[in-house]
Amino acid sequence: MDTLNQSLSKKAGEAHAQLDAHVREIVQWHFSPETGTPFWLEFAETLDFDPREKIGSYDDLKLLGHFQDEWLRGGPVRRWVPKRYADQPVYVFETGGSTGVPKNRISIRDFQIDYEMFSETLPDESFPRGSDWLMLGPTGPRRLRLAVEYLAQHRGGICFLVDLDPRWVNKLIQYGKHQELDLYKNHVIDQSLHILRAHDNIQCLFTTPKLLEALCEKISLQKVGIKGIFCGGTEMDAQFHRFAREELVPGVEFMPTYGNTLMGLACCKPFNPADNYAIIYYPPQPRAVIELVNPDNPEEPVDYGETGRVMLTTLTREFFMPRFLERDEAERAQPIEPYPWDGVQNLRLLSELQESVAVGVY
Amino acid sequence: MIHIPILRAGLSYRSLNLAHVSHIQTGEPLAVVSQANRGLIAKDLHQAKDNKRVLEDLSVLELLAIGKKAANLFIESELPLDDALQSPDDYIHQVSGTTGLPQSLCRNNMQKIRLVLDEMEEVLDGLTRGLDLSIIDSGWGTHNKRPLSYVPQTDALGAVLPSNSPGVHSLWLPAIPLKTPLILKPGSEEPWTPFRIAQALIEAGCPPQAFGFYPTDYSGAAEILLHCGKSLLFGGGSTVAPWQANPNVQIHGPGRSKIIIAEDRISRWEEYLDLMITSIAENGGRSCINDSGVWVPSHGREIAETLAKHLAEITPKPLDDPDAEIAAFTNPKAAEGISDLIDNQLKVPGATDLTAKYRDGGRVVEEAGCTFLSPTVIWCEDPEHPLANTEFLFPFVSVVEVPQEEILDRIGPSLVVTAITDDDAFIVDLHRSSEVERLNLGPLALATNKIAYGDPHEGNLFDFLYRQRALQVNRGQ
Repeated sequence: MDTLNQSLSKKAGEAHAQLDAHVREIVQWHFSPETGTPFWLEFAETLDFDPREKIGSYDDLKLLGHFQDEWLRGGPVRRWVPKRYADQPVYVFETGGSTGVPKNRISIRDFQIDYEMFSETLPDESFPRGSDWLMLGPTGPRRLRLAVEYLAQHRGGICFLVDLDPRWVNKLIQYGKHQELDLYKNHVIDQSLHILRAHDNIQCLFTTPKLLEALCEKISLQKVGIKGIFCGGTEMDAQFHRFAREELVPGVEFMPTYGNTLMGLACCKPFNPADNYAIIYYPPQPRAVIELVNPDNPEEPVDYGETGRVMLTTLTREFFMPRFLERDEAERAQPIEPYPWDGVQNLRLLSELQESVAVGVY
Repeated sequence: MIHIPILRAGLSYRSLNLAHVSHIQTGEPLAVVSQANRGLIAKDLHQAKDNKRVLEDLSVLELLAIGKKAANLFIESELPLDDALQSPDDYIHQVSGTTGLPQSLCRNNMQKIRLVLDEMEEVLDGLTRGLDLSIIDSGWGTHNKRPLSYVPQTDALGAVLPSNSPGVHSLWLPAIPLKTPLILKPGSEEPWTPFRIAQALIEAGCPPQAFGFYPTDYSGAAEILLHCGKSLLFGGGSTVAPWQANPNVQIHGPGRSKIIIAEDRISRWEEYLDLMITSIAENGGRSCINDSGVWVPSHGREIAETLAKHLAEITPKPLDDPDAEIAAFTNPKAAEGISDLIDNQLKVPGATDLTAKYRDGGRVVEEAGCTFLSPTVIWCEDPEHPLANTEFLFPFVSVVEVPQEEILDRIGPSLVVTAITDDDAFIVDLHRSSEVERLNLGPLALATNKIAYGDPHEGNLFDFLYRQRALQVNRGQ
């Protein structure tokens, strides 16, 4: 046990050192006149210090304050493209936007890198290389569509797509159009059934919790040849996790994940019955870091096991987002061997917003 | 900590998603309630046909006998509450503690449920208008020398239930002798009563498969309403509005029940004072069958003043006070919100709160750690005033004066109307009014909240669950 703790402790120390080095590299990149991002170069002009000189570690990012999500609404989007990538093809992904202007994040290859890293965590037995995928979930302007398709291709497969517009789903709920919502759900599920029945080589599935429930009401995924399910896109709780493993898809590999356009993709702690189906995610450090902080004082991290507000930092050459306070909360989880840095347990919408915001509706 | 499980075909299931229900006075958690995810309900609904078959194996008479036994068990016995046992007193304390209904009123409501379980044969006789109940067993029979057949319309009856008053649960009880399993979604503050009723019936011999009990969120409730075949939905205007046009959902929304005193009796209005007070305030004024409007052709101001004086005497008391008559609000902000809404609407000319001058202090009252709204009587000179035709979850009434010939055109949908009149022409008009759901007539006027359980209530449950079909039996020569 001591050996394990020592080993984990050593790994955690190394991960932290790696994070600090990564922070220095990313700050250099985004604030350098040669490679930097127009937004951050302009931002630096408002500072009385040069971030490249002052920021030497993750903790030093405090000097930049908190990233504001309003900065991502509206244009010009090109102000987020680092100068070094100005001649590269640029994707733009949206997040939010059920009402009002969505937030935009540009991407060049980040989503591919994120999903290549995630691919390394997928067991080949249940997500066989060369097998095809069905992606049943939010597509449109979201990163998820291209990302899952890329994941399938990266693993040698082809991705079949059934699209779902979550903004329309939100509106139907808002208007109390339950029957229309049911019809739309059936419309989406029917398309999936056609695809699953027509293509024998589909063995992997991406979908959201609610769509997985709806799909399993119509078909046995095990019988139709699905071996692995990558499930995410919206909030998921321990009860759903248990229900999925025990009743919806017993015998099929079930991988809960937490991804978002701003962060990338967080992996779930490998399933352990001792966790009682708690869902514990680990961000793709050093490309992204999640800290849980006191909601009333974001400068104060919470202790392990305590509830805190999610503060997300994204650190890639394409996108730099320091200390953004998300609308989510969770409990702080201990590092583990595969991910020797802090994780988040039972991620959910902030308590104060739970009555006013609908989440996980699709 | 007490745990209230999900019941899946009668079998307890502990969810990993638990909601806490607290005592409104102390804030102390009283129970954790397992929450069902939507998919779990959907999965179980696939078993509805099998569950119904189990119930169909018993005759109506056997199920009526089970109901009678359950009536006593509900009132007198310790019944399972997951791993614990719940005594009748535990139940009273728990319901009162999480809903704010005084314990004395909880006891009264308990008796209503007992009564319906015990006298279910009369209830069914009323709902079926005297049908030979063996026709439900066999599916067909002979009535007045003609073949008669009824076919069930659903494999399960969904019920999205309220938290306002335990007595309301008597409305879905006839489903069991009508051989229809239940899929119950309890109100978030009142899981106690439907769970205890289910346990009493199971203990009395009802097949457990007759009970699905799913505390859940809005998506779980929508699942029940969309896929149960037939459902009852209880709730306020905004909750029920999206389902109004769905013929498979029977709406139990706002009541806006009324007393009308016609011209021929209005000079004797004082004789009906007790009737009005009972109709307005009994059961804490929490039911859709409580009176929220007194409509008269004259003497309105006088009536309103007198009602205000009497109702202002009803003051909040601790929940365990045997004389407590009004209920506390589980959410103090809701009480304040309602009071603010009334005050804002009183700024529109044409209405006055006459109780204000008779009570000490404001409408919102803090007593024994709970928040109450004191009875409120509004005198409405203008029948179009926003307070003229509304209801709230406390003793609230508007007295509205309009010419008799206009009353029935203006009252709007009204769950119960007690009409005090001997005027034959007006009685004919009342009979013809489609706005009136339940009509109380006769020289001995009935309070709006005195209902016969064998009568239809926002629809007839038997007609909702069974459809008459044509049957021709050709026996040849």
